[in-house]
Amino acid sequence: MSKKQKNMLVRILAAAVLLIVLNLVPVSGWPRFALYLVPYLVIGYDILLKALKGIKNRQVFDENFLMAVATVGAIALALYEQSGDYTEAIAVMLFYQIGEWFQSYAVGKSRRNISDLMDIRPDYANIERDGRLEQIDPDEVGIGSIIVVQPGEKVPIDGIVIEGDSTLNTSALTGESLPREARPGDEIISGCINMTGVLKIQTTREFGESTVSKILDLVENASSRKSKSEAFISKFARVYTPAVCGSAVALAILPPLVRLFGLGLPADWAAWIYRALTFLVASCPCALVISIPLSFFAGIGGASKAGVLVKGSNYLETLSQTKIVVFDKTGTLTQGVFEVSGIHHNEMENARLLEYAALAESASSHPISKSLQKAYGKELDRSRVSDIQEISGNGVIAKVDGIEVAAGNDKLMDRLGIAYIPCHSIGTIIHMAVDGQYAGHIVISDVVKPHAKDAVQALKAAGVRKTVMLTGDRREVAQQVAEGLGIDQVYSELLPADKVEKVEELLSLKPEKAKLAFVGDGINDAPVLGRADIGIAMGAMGSDAAIEAADVVLMDDDPMQISKAIRISRKCLGIVYQNIVFAIGIKLACLLLVALGLANMWLAIFADVGVMILAVLNAIRAMFVKKV
Amino acid sequence: MKKTYKIDVDCANCANKMEQAARQTAGVADATVNFMTLKMIVEFEEGQDPKAVMEQVRKNCKKVESDCEVYL
Repeated sequence: MSKKQKNMLVRILAAAVLLIVLNLVPVSGWPRFALYLVPYLVIGYDILLKALKGIKNRQVFDENFLMAVATVGAIALALYEQSGDYTEAIAVMLFYQIGEWFQSYAVGKSRRNISDLMDIRPDYANIERDGRLEQIDPDEVGIGSIIVVQPGEKVPIDGIVIEGDSTLNTSALTGESLPREARPGDEIISGCINMTGVLKIQTTREFGESTVSKILDLVENASSRKSKSEAFISKFARVYTPAVCGSAVALAILPPLVRLFGLGLPADWAAWIYRALTFLVASCPCALVISIPLSFFAGIGGASKAGVLVKGSNYLETLSQTKIVVFDKTGTLTQGVFEVSGIHHNEMENARLLEYAALAESASSHPISKSLQKAYGKELDRSRVSDIQEISGNGVIAKVDGIEVAAGNDKLMDRLGIAYIPCHSIGTIIHMAVDGQYAGHIVISDVVKPHAKDAVQALKAAGVRKTVMLTGDRREVAQQVAEGLGIDQVYSELLPADKVEKVEELLSLKPEKAKLAFVGDGINDAPVLGRADIGIAMGAMGSDAAIEAADVVLMDDDPMQISKAIRISRKCLGIVYQNIVFAIGIKLACLLLVALGLANMWLAIFADVGVMILAVLNAIRAMFVKKV
Repeated sequence: MKKTYKIDVDCANCANKMEQAARQTAGVADATVNFMTLKMIVEFEEGQDPKAVMEQVRKNCKKVESDCEVYL
């Protein structure tokens, strides 16, 4: 609680106690008025002052003015009617202040909660000086310095591990709870938490340029880009208050005049003025004005916790209307690294064939040799290999354990005069011959990410109507991947510039309200990210270009995050609409009841404060995204 | 040129009013007030001195909402 809030709480309690006590004291006439003035001023003096200042500065119509006029009016009416019922006016002021207090408390609380969610800001960096560790401000660490990160500490600055092994907890950055290994030579990103061992890191950036600073900057400024709903509400509030004041004046004057001159009845001024004042009390637009930005703020905060960085409320809004998702293939749906994806027609066990292939290719630095080694998975004993001949453009012939092994393409098999079985799979084919006999072939291809298929289905389930894949790859490869994943439409053999063109074509074909999202890895598709209604960059940890170009940044490179991001945005926007409809609906109903004389001031203030509290609580719900 | 200032204000509607007031100040090209993070982002017109302009912005904000502060 801030000092202001504490002060207010004391005033609220004091006024409430005074009011209760005064109700037990039997006084009447002017002394009664004077006594009741005390709690009224205790609870409402600031509102009255603000209303006066507003009038002085020609800023008449605000909620202070509404409250001041309503309560002063109610007191004046009580004096005029000599009813001595001042409780109502004081209670209205009291409940209004309770509402304001709650609002300020809830907003402060969620401000803190959300900054806790993103609690990745490192406070210091350890530098070794004369054999001792010194804590210094991360801002003061230059590029190329060596910092020490102890277990339990946050990595303050991006860099490369030069000493030590450890596991890193990246969950604050990516939402991914699986820890990541770090060894010497690995690049390491600031914001991770070092869990097990001491790491020495050579920094590659300044603190201000490090991932953690970029992310914090992005998240903190996100809610400054306002959505259409927010713009609507601030416009609404600007028109609303004067309109309500006008209606109240009309309610006070017109019906009595009509009664007097039109119907020949007594004017009943007091009753209509009371209704007009009640109308003012019921009309305060606080619920709307606070709950909409709060919903977006909570939604963006919750999303960042799940590893989805949204650059603005407007993007969250657009994301929720996504109906078409366009993917880049490599690096988004596939891993962009080549892996053994199949072994066919082999006479021996897969593992042995792989072992032969990996050993035969062990001297080569070609990516294919690396993927063979990776598939084999064990340390290679190079001493088992001899007489290696690399035949450029064909493959390798070598002796493994004294047995001749040939690994290469069909040209190599032709050259050796060995009959081979051609392969129908897509990718690079390595035929194997062991001891002069055909031993099958190994297929190496770009591997689809493990969750890619589920991700496409999850998007459909989240209401995306069409999925499209763009790739520079060959047609057959593209077709095969798309069919495997259940993608609706494929465009292949595209140059980067063609991708922009395709996205523009898709944009022109779709209806205005259905938004198009482009998902890429952010490395060479920045122009496309910029062109789409909403650009989503994946696996962007540490990639500046992607963070710069995209509207939504997925920290992890799991494609499931895309549908998660859409669901989070839907939930948030759902809450926003609920609040708009709920708050405006109840307001209008209340105003109607008041105008018809069916509600008194008590009901009006309860409706006002109650709606506000409910709307604020509902808004905070946007922060919880775990089960979305 | 864009600059960010810390502000203090109690209600969301008042923040909207501050935004409006800042936008209408001479020398300000655009202004956004973020109530949730209590920040004001001001984009100045070419060749304006941010210090002088912000003094005026602060004055105008105080006019529409007496209970606010812009930390310069």
